[in-house]
Amino acid sequence: MQLTNRSKQVSNKEMTLMERAYLPAIATGLGITIKHFFSKKVTIQYPEVKRYLGPVFRGRHILKRDADGRERCTACGLCAVACPAEAISMVAAEREKGEENLYREEKYAAVYEVNMLRCIFCGLCEEACPKQAVYLRHDEFVPVFTDRDQVIWGKDLLVEDMNNRYTREAWTKEEALALDIKRANGEPTNVTPRAVP
Amino acid sequence: MEETKPQLFKITFDGIEVEVEPGTTIMQAARKIAEADESQAAIVPPAMCYYKPLPASGGKCRACLVRVAQGSAKDTRPMPKLVPSCITQVQDGMVVENTTNEAVLEARKGIVEFLLINHPLDCPVCDQAGECHLQDFAFEHGSAKTRYEEERRTFEKEDIGPFVQLHMTRCILCYRCVYTADQITEKREHGVMNRGDASEISTYIKKSIDNDFSGNIIDVCPVGALTDKTYRFKNRVWFSKPEDAHCNCDKCSGKVTLWYRGDEVIRVTARKNTWGEVTEFICNTCRFERKKTSDWVLEGPTKVKRSSVISANKYRSDLVKKPDFALKLAATQFKNIDDSRPYITDPETIRNQSIENNDKANHRSLLNQNN
Repeated sequence: MQLTNRSKQVSNKEMTLMERAYLPAIATGLGITIKHFFSKKVTIQYPEVKRYLGPVFRGRHILKRDADGRERCTACGLCAVACPAEAISMVAAEREKGEENLYREEKYAAVYEVNMLRCIFCGLCEEACPKQAVYLRHDEFVPVFTDRDQVIWGKDLLVEDMNNRYTREAWTKEEALALDIKRANGEPTNVTPRAVP
Repeated sequence: MEETKPQLFKITFDGIEVEVEPGTTIMQAARKIAEADESQAAIVPPAMCYYKPLPASGGKCRACLVRVAQGSAKDTRPMPKLVPSCITQVQDGMVVENTTNEAVLEARKGIVEFLLINHPLDCPVCDQAGECHLQDFAFEHGSAKTRYEEERRTFEKEDIGPFVQLHMTRCILCYRCVYTADQITEKREHGVMNRGDASEISTYIKKSIDNDFSGNIIDVCPVGALTDKTYRFKNRVWFSKPEDAHCNCDKCSGKVTLWYRGDEVIRVTARKNTWGEVTEFICNTCRFERKKTSDWVLEGPTKVKRSSVISANKYRSDLVKKPDFALKLAATQFKNIDDSRPYITDPETIRNQSIENNDKANHRSLLNQNN
């Protein structure tokens, strides 16, 4: 029974003199190898050069602040209930008098932890957030862990730094490349990648 | 004197006939249908202000409006306007339309909009979120967007006694707490001041309630207007784990639900029935002071509806059960295994048969592709 028409008929046809000599075939094969030697390389020099991550890449989380520098998160727990990996946990606290410049709502997250080993970077927390507080960066990965203590990220790592706020600069492949070149040349960009442990 | 037999009234609710006693309200008749057949739970009109254990409650919020297509068997004319089902009594031969009538659903959408006019929509902050009747009501019957652009009324949050906090901004003026205070407590301490848009719930002249059962106004509140101060911002409802428990209390029945975070009891509430109503009120000692597991005799986890967010991230075996739809579908598609086939143990025959089956399957897929 024939399933596809790609199968080849096998024959016991005698080889010609040219085929029997083998050397021309070797030369042709070597030619192909040498051609690739001079063609454009598909590998890139990671980590010096980084590949474009795509327009919808979701990297590490940040907890955004608003324009006045107040934390947006109100510890409503919707991110945690939306999280399929159950990676997020939080403890809420009430805002005291005089803390209005720190927290946007009358309730805030005193503790906000993301277990980065559990997190699958699906972005459902970002989608569930009614206050636009949780945001997954488009440019940075969660760095490789070398210690257990680095796995659970608290507010110290998550809350946005007002002096170096993340605004997305590169939306397309071309923009991402241009940004990489800018950074490589030491030119100032909106966001400087910060060192995370 | 001739003894009168209790004559039953037959009414039709959304096409379902039910016999109820005279004096029953339309709402109670609908609930009777749903209690007899759980799959009919969706036909019961929603209630925001009506609370069965509190006599005289109801008729305020208009959430339960239904259309009476036929007033009674004697007078078959329809009622001219939609009627609140929680306070309208049934007549013999009455025909009521709720979910089957487009106009009722449209009116209900409008009611949601009206109830939400002055509601702050601060659900991310509110402790009631997750067990809030207004949330359920708006989710099931309202529209996703608001058309209201004017300023909402605002109030300062206020302490009513040492345990209860009043957020007047969230109040929908259902009067449940007022009836609770009137009927559970002896003195009249709690009421609604002012009129219309300016009405607000208040303890008279800021007098704090010191009655033993005052905590129940937290449970009867359908929204987050009256909240437990000892539970304030402790945890979201759906992260805590409810357990039924009881204790020997000389003041109340002692039947409560404990809400756990880990091993810690963070809240004690009265038990609610299917309709979200508390039938056995509990005292303040049970509610606010007995917050250790050792104070209680545990009865096991509270049954939470699968549709409730409280069931999220809890993996009890009856909660991971397949939904009705899947079971029904499976039941219709179920075929008995053909046991008449010979039982083959010879490996060579099995091999040949599987090759044959493979070929059959391939043929089928090829045929599907080609046609």
